[in-house]
Amino acid sequence: MRQWGKYLIVLLLTCGIFAISWYVSSYFSGKKIAEIRDIQNKIAVDILSSETQYSLLEELSCSDINSSIISDELLTLADRITYSEQNLSEQDDVLLLKKQYTMLQVKDFLLKKRISERCKTPFTAILYFYGTKQNCADCERQGYVLDAARAKYPELRIYSYDYNLDLSTIRALRSIYKVDEPLPVLVINSKTQSGFKTLEEIEALLPKDFIKRSQAQAQAAAEAKEEKK
Amino acid sequence: MSVAAIITYTIVFLAVYVQVFFLVTLLERRKELAAAHRKGYSLSTYPSVAIIMPCWNEEKTVHGTVESLLALDYPKDKLEIIIVDDGSTDGTWKEIQQYQGHSQIKIFHKENGGKHTAVNFGIAQTSTDFIGCLDADSFVAPDALARIISVFQEKPDTMAVAPAVIIHRPTNLMQKVQKVEYNMGLYLKKMQALLGAIHVTPGPFSIFRRTVFEKLGGFRKAHNTEDMEIAYRMQEAHMKIEHCHTAQVYTVAPDTVKKLYKQRTRWIYGFIQNSLDYKHLIFRKEYGHFALFTIPAGIISICAAVYLFFAALYNLVGWIAEKIVQWRAVGISAPRVSLDWFYINTGTIVFVTTILYALLIMAMVLGSRLAKQKFSWHIVSYMVVYSIIAPFWLLKAIWNSLRAKQPNWR
Repeated sequence: MRQWGKYLIVLLLTCGIFAISWYVSSYFSGKKIAEIRDIQNKIAVDILSSETQYSLLEELSCSDINSSIISDELLTLADRITYSEQNLSEQDDVLLLKKQYTMLQVKDFLLKKRISERCKTPFTAILYFYGTKQNCADCERQGYVLDAARAKYPELRIYSYDYNLDLSTIRALRSIYKVDEPLPVLVINSKTQSGFKTLEEIEALLPKDFIKRSQAQAQAAAEAKEEKK
Repeated sequence: MSVAAIITYTIVFLAVYVQVFFLVTLLERRKELAAAHRKGYSLSTYPSVAIIMPCWNEEKTVHGTVESLLALDYPKDKLEIIIVDDGSTDGTWKEIQQYQGHSQIKIFHKENGGKHTAVNFGIAQTSTDFIGCLDADSFVAPDALARIISVFQEKPDTMAVAPAVIIHRPTNLMQKVQKVEYNMGLYLKKMQALLGAIHVTPGPFSIFRRTVFEKLGGFRKAHNTEDMEIAYRMQEAHMKIEHCHTAQVYTVAPDTVKKLYKQRTRWIYGFIQNSLDYKHLIFRKEYGHFALFTIPAGIISICAAVYLFFAALYNLVGWIAEKIVQWRAVGISAPRVSLDWFYINTGTIVFVTTILYALLIMAMVLGSRLAKQKFSWHIVSYMVVYSIIAPFWLLKAIWNSLRAKQPNWR
């Protein structure tokens, strides 16, 4: 009996170690989710601020509107949500955050588009629809290509949407831009392109003046760097 | 949770369970262990002892082994050394013949028949109260025999005592990592002894009461792991095996990966086959922790190591495939390194695995203290080297078991 008692005590101790590990892990996961929520709240405030500025456009000049920071923050948020989807166990919380993030992306896209139209400023964006339920090998490749495009053209706005996300906004976007399988699907300047696209193919679809402007900016930046040296 | 995650959690749970089991055993018996560690030895009487030294192609080490036996702190008229040359093809017999006519030494030469036949031949030449065995590549500390005999006198129901086996003068990396392994093994062996669950009486200097062989018979071939089989047979016969961690024996470790691989394949194969031969003992509570803990833990460890190896291989292939996809999409690009705490893995498995590693490191440190050896940073090399090469001898031993192919001695 004493023998079995020892096996039981060790079992309880081992379960205790697992319980403590789970608790510590949950604590850090909670911290991570709180961090994502903080960033989202900040972006929501920024977008609301931009929307308010837009509403005041009648009284303000276009130069007073500044929303360039938001896109960078959206990128940070995207990385964190992708990581959380793959690594955190609190998937219900992550899904909710992902939906909120998707909404923020749509709001950011619409706002920038409206500002662009109103202020006659250039705005080039790609809407990227990827699949999580389908076995979409090309989506992974497309992701790498879009990362490379973002690095090459910092002015290019890329908004990634999960085709399978159960959200009315996604359904509306799919309907507006006639997005359907097979995935991936890219919407470049309101034109829908189905299937994997290389960086060269994407560049061919981007407005010529955007490419020229980006090249000029890159050259100017390189020259400025050279001068500093 | 995926099936792979469930299997991984189960393996880690069992591994933590085993280490906690040993830790609880240590805490239960800490006073007894500390007392044994501190005290010297004193014998009321000096019983007669015979040490059998089977040799097969050991010309380089046999002389040192015999000299270490002659230097034992034990009355000369109570200690006899039986050297049996098992048909060596090198200069071993010539080396042994130096001791012809020595008052304490008897030398014999026989046809090669395997280690167990040489030891049994030696046993037949003895009439002493205790019989020991010493591999011809090992060396004993002068007080080792007296310390072992003192255990028999303190615990009269003890039928065999295993010593502390320590690596002799490690020079290269392979030997240094084995030293760490042996030190950890010393802690595990001590805990097994406290549980009465030892499953091997090592070839280097395990000492038996004569009655063990009278009741159970001699050594058997036992898949070239005769020192393991005799321990299984003793456990089956409810014969108590003790461990004397203060009796130190030094053994020469394999100095190349190839030699180590062959040795370990033989050991693991022997464990699998002996466990199969004695499967009727497993989970039978009348055989104590040996049946409930030692054999199941050994079998689970082998399965777990093989699973983790394939899981790691699968992840590696997945990573390479992802890099190929990336390369095909955008060419070679520098990997993104993020120092942001957000991307540090804080999953439950990470914390549990950290605790498991802490328990393993503690086992290594405690083993070093038992062996009265210094702490070695080769703990890290040990973990790296063994996690890479150990799965290969495990797989080979399993493969040999499936094909019923017995590995050679060397």
